[in-house]
Amino acid sequence: MLRALGLGAVLYGFWLVLSGHFEPLLMGFGIGSSALVVYLALRMDVVDHEGLPVDLGVRFWLYLPWLMKEVFVSNVRVARIILTPGLPIDPILVKYHASQKTDLGRAIYANSITLTPGTITTWVDEDSLDVHSLTWIDVDGREEDEMDRRVSWVEQGVVG
Amino acid sequence: MTLVIEILSWASIVLGLFFMVVGTIGVLRMPDVFTRMHAAGMTDTMGAGFLILGMCLQAGLSLLAARLVLVYAFLLFTSPISTHALARAALAGDVEPYRKPRGDG
Amino acid sequence: MWTAAAAGILVSMALALVRALLGPTVYDRVLAVNTFGTKTVLLLLVIGFLTGRPDWVDLSLVYALINFIGTIAVLKFFEYGDLGRQRHPEGGTER
Repeated sequence: MLRALGLGAVLYGFWLVLSGHFEPLLMGFGIGSSALVVYLALRMDVVDHEGLPVDLGVRFWLYLPWLMKEVFVSNVRVARIILTPGLPIDPILVKYHASQKTDLGRAIYANSITLTPGTITTWVDEDSLDVHSLTWIDVDGREEDEMDRRVSWVEQGVVG
Repeated sequence: MTLVIEILSWASIVLGLFFMVVGTIGVLRMPDVFTRMHAAGMTDTMGAGFLILGMCLQAGLSLLAARLVLVYAFLLFTSPISTHALARAALAGDVEPYRKPRGDG
Repeated sequence: MWTAAAAGILVSMALALVRALLGPTVYDRVLAVNTFGTKTVLLLLVIGFLTGRPDWVDLSLVYALINFIGTIAVLKFFEYGDLGRQRHPEGGTER
């Protein structure tokens, strides 16, 4: 029930940002449509941990700036590779160990890897990921180990 | 103060355009579909990121800036998912990943 | 200045179209169309600032949604040969 209320609050915030109307009548319409969507979501039985991961907690927001910094660094690296005349690439498929215990943690880890240019997750298993990498330098392991550790740290902050 | 924000915002937009064009050049230059995905990812992350950051600086603290951030958040969530789906589909479709030709075999 | 930004985005859209036309595999074309869609989203934002009407932001948000769903739908079609059915246990598609 609390989760449904949370979903309603998130939907209503989304509605407010998109509409930009603050007249009482229109805000009432917004409440009505958010309530309708919450009702539909309850009937579809998607209001669960996966549908609304509010318990992801503060740690995820602490992880994001580090991820953006990492994305920027690897963007510069890939840009340099593209602009080098000889195109010095050496693509390879490697297997990474994933120490996360939940699906959510693995999903965050896999998407973080894909988000940083130079590495793409192609397959996700119980405790490992297949990663396609643009060069050997990207898979020396140090950065991914740190990302793995940080995602595990985010995961431990999840209450549910 | 306004001038500083103006300069910062245009620098950010130019940087975004740079990453976007370089990413597209990468999509053209790379030898196979997997390596092209790396280049395409640049457009989705930093190209869009810096462009939208510049626009947010232009918009100031307003509902418009919140909507711009929403667009970027959406791009950040969907881009790795479609890249991952594309990589899986390409592997399932028997596309052989490009390997660097080696002299010693 | 906004015109210059729009021109820059249009140039990279043209480059992406070249990749979509060259192929060679269908996945290259899907990838090119996907980046083309991302650029369309950004172009819509720039047009919003160019014309001074911020309503374009909503259009670009919707376009981002459609672009994502379209890419996934096309990929699912090429992976399974079907949009609704699951892959058969022995491989191949259920008919």
